[in-house]
Amino acid sequence: MDLTLKIWRQENARAKGKFVTYQVTDISPDSSFLEMLDVLNQQIIDKLEKPVCFDHDCREGICGACGLYINGRPHGPDSAVTTCQLHMRKFKDGDTIVIEPWRAKPFPIIKDLVADRIAFDKIIHAGGYISVNTGGVPDANAIPIPRNLAEISMDAAACIGCGACVAACKNASAMLFVAAKVSQFAVLPQGKVEASERVKAMVAKMDELGFGSCTNTGACEAECPKEISLSHIARLNREFYTAKIC
Amino acid sequence: MATLNSKIPDGPLAEKWTNYKAIQKLVNPANKRKLDIIVVGTGLAGASAAASLGELGFNVKAFCYQDSPRRAHSIAAQGGINAAKNYQNDGDSVYRLFYDTIKGGDYRSREANVYRLAEVSNNIIDQCVAQGVPFAREYGGLLDNRSFGGAQVSRTFYARGQTGQQLLLGAYGALSRQIHKGTVKIFTRNEMLDVVLVDGKARGIITRNLISGEIERHAAHAVVIASGGYGNAFFLSTNAMGSNGSAAWQIYKKGSFFANPAFVQIHPTCIPVHGSFQSKLTLMSESLRNDGRIWVPKKQEDAEAIRAGKLKPTDIPEEARDYYLERRYPAFGNLVPRDVASRAAKERCDAGFGVGTGLAVYLDFTDAIQRLGKEVVEARYGNLFQMYEKIVDENPYETPMMIYPAIHYTMGGTWVDYELMTSVPGLYSIGESNFSDHGANRLGASALMQGLADGYFVLPYTIQNYLADEIRTPKISTDLPEFTEAVKNVQDRLYRLMNIKGKQSVDSFHKKFGLLLWDLVGMSRNKEGLQKALKNFKLLKEEFWKDIRIPGEPEEMNPELEKASRVADFIEIGELMARDALNREESCGGHFREEFQTEEGEALRNDKDFMYVAAWEYKGPDKDPVLHKELLKYENIEVKQRNYK
Ligand SMILES: Cc1cc2nc3c(=O)[nH]c(=O)nc-3n(C[C@H](O)[C@H](O)[C@H](O)COP(=O)(O)OP(=O)(O)OC[C@H]3O[C@@H](n4cnc5c(N)ncnc54)[C@H](O)[C@@H]3O)c2cc1C
Ligand code: SF4
Ligand code: FES
Repeated sequence: MDLTLKIWRQENARAKGKFVTYQVTDISPDSSFLEMLDVLNQQIIDKLEKPVCFDHDCREGICGACGLYINGRPHGPDSAVTTCQLHMRKFKDGDTIVIEPWRAKPFPIIKDLVADRIAFDKIIHAGGYISVNTGGVPDANAIPIPRNLAEISMDAAACIGCGACVAACKNASAMLFVAAKVSQFAVLPQGKVEASERVKAMVAKMDELGFGSCTNTGACEAECPKEISLSHIARLNREFYTAKIC
Repeated sequence: MATLNSKIPDGPLAEKWTNYKAIQKLVNPANKRKLDIIVVGTGLAGASAAASLGELGFNVKAFCYQDSPRRAHSIAAQGGINAAKNYQNDGDSVYRLFYDTIKGGDYRSREANVYRLAEVSNNIIDQCVAQGVPFAREYGGLLDNRSFGGAQVSRTFYARGQTGQQLLLGAYGALSRQIHKGTVKIFTRNEMLDVVLVDGKARGIITRNLISGEIERHAAHAVVIASGGYGNAFFLSTNAMGSNGSAAWQIYKKGSFFANPAFVQIHPTCIPVHGSFQSKLTLMSESLRNDGRIWVPKKQEDAEAIRAGKLKPTDIPEEARDYYLERRYPAFGNLVPRDVASRAAKERCDAGFGVGTGLAVYLDFTDAIQRLGKEVVEARYGNLFQMYEKIVDENPYETPMMIYPAIHYTMGGTWVDYELMTSVPGLYSIGESNFSDHGANRLGASALMQGLADGYFVLPYTIQNYLADEIRTPKISTDLPEFTEAVKNVQDRLYRLMNIKGKQSVDSFHKKFGLLLWDLVGMSRNKEGLQKALKNFKLLKEEFWKDIRIPGEPEEMNPELEKASRVADFIEIGELMARDALNREESCGGHFREEFQTEEGEALRNDKDFMYVAAWEYKGPDKDPVLHKELLKYENIEVKQRNYK
């Protein structure tokens, strides 16, 4: 496949960025999107120029490092995949592809296609866990957990922290990400103990970091590579209101 | 000169760890606050260690090269984690897990370490459940288990096909809690480039800030390396793109012995290689072997027709299929250990029965779907099937998967004693980066167990035995001449790399080297090939330092520079792998020397001459490393030729 790429290039956080156009030829439809960018970077290096920076690590859709805004969609045109799992067979020979970093105020651009998502970690630091120390915990089978609740918890826990939900949202809301964590614990007996502190701390941190509010457009769910459901946001809201009343 | 003292406690096997804990030195709470510990790596081993040490009250600094600790390579583990809970009432016990691990490792690991691992395995599951890890459950609400290769009991706990993710998020949660409390300071996008020794003790590290390129100094009373394995030396592997052996290599050059580098694991169930543009290989979890059956056509002409696209796998009738694992190993069938399964696949493909490109075999779920129904299969493996389909564009519910072995894990690594301390005082190594516990072959679902055992339940004890003698040592200053010198060395190396200004990109070079490593020091090795490898790697090293091209500057985000530095180390690691493989004139576990096999083509160990850990000591850039042997003693287990028939 031969493709035209319009890629956002930006030297560093302070520099002004711009789109630069590149041509790539002979791309295998079986290669992944990031492998296509590897080919481009090889070309750029051959010309003694600086290759395009982008985040990636596992390249199998689980670490959450990769995240590109491709033709106006987080993680590109395929559904339920991360950028690294997107394959070139989803494009046509001769296509023009526009590639940008996540654009959201709480995720400042570091360089080229690399955005800074430390804000997500900060939300977790504020309370996205169950407070237990190592050792001195009960036997794992001491508390039976209904299978359906374990499944809901696992559905929520599948979030990879990629930030596509924020990038997809016109308000740059982090609600889906936060709700996934709140929900994972809220349905488990172990997590109930500090449920109200947790939801209050995480929501407060999210607001403080400049994420926008959720207006229920559902854009996040549509673009989430792990298909995290909006129902978790509903659960977060319930948890949040109960916490405020108590 | 450092000596090899494994510091195994006295007493009967089952009491060693208890006895050790009873008499080891501890640090009181007031003193813990005065002691600093550096942890390099935030995978399962590093995150669990940093969190636990923070909870105890030490000042911890944790480092990772990713933008968040949650993205460490551990996140990608799919299948599960072992523990000797015996929840299934199928005869499991601490001793049996110990036994299986020693046997699976082909009698090349230390009894005392492995027994301790089996002992603490149960605590790990309790810990993770308390953290809210959503393990799979039965309808009655209790935890579910599956079976894994190399065991006849079901002792593997799992969270769909995302066990590593869930365990890592649990450890990351614990770590985040300590970051919030201020006991742990986290440094992300920050890569260790050297360790600093003061008076022979590990006292700090030099890192590069991967955003600004700035070189930083960090000091501590002890340093813990939890940087993962070196499987990416081969370029194509199932590891994350950034996984590397550099931290382990830096400490090797500062006096930490490197043990059993030749012991690498080749995983039997990976998606086969399909093109030269390919950047990594994807693992299909071994748990698939529970219900999938592995086969190739019985007749060569069928295999040829399939390769030519004239026949489909579904066209081959049952009686024309060779379920070669079930045929050769009736007792374990498709669940033989990884090394055995990998070699059997290679044997069939080399003999001309391979499918796909010729380097692939089938993993078939037709029987499982008939026996269990599609829903059950989907519940067990749905996300793996989906992953396969996204990559290969074929539906595994309808046509068998194609798989082939790929580099997956490194049993070799930094030599450590019972306390997980390397041969440098105050320098520890945990998780995949050390050599302990798995001998010559790791059983499935045991790496997660080992990483978390080291980090939650072993290191937080053993490190105190050392730190108890450091309570009078004031804060280590980063102005010491040792730090200044280390910074200079790191900077010189980076500038040297930048100034090569040659023609080859790092990736193209790495691909070339990786292929050679795979051919000569891969699944099957021989003397001639290994000698050739040693010669070639030397030449390649010279070529690398003359002809690599790294654009950009060192003082900016520069992934090409990061990769170049790691690849420079991979070449040297490859050299040591070849040397170790050449020295070990036997076949055991993942190390297969063609000269040493039974008539039936099974690995042939030589216990008389090689029942030892090969620990290599660095002697300088132009000198050969020196081999130290840690003899292995088996007092609680009868050493046998492994038999999975
Ligand atoms: C695809 C796949 C599936 C697997 N499935 C299973 C399974 O089902 N069960 C099982 O038991 N095992 C499994 N394994 C093996 C297991 O996942 C790993 O062995 C284990 O997770 C390693 O953990 P670790 O903490 O030692 O290192 P890693 O998770 O590799 O973490 C390394 C850490 O070190 C950091 N680091 C590295 N170098 C530096 C440096 N120079 N400076 C700063 N930081 C650095 C990284 O940022 C990272 O945080 C699997 C492995 C793979 C590849
Ligand atoms: S909720 Fe979905 S889109 Fe948002 S961070 Fe998690 S996985 Fe990514
Ligand atoms: S690189 Fe890990 S999810 Fe894409």
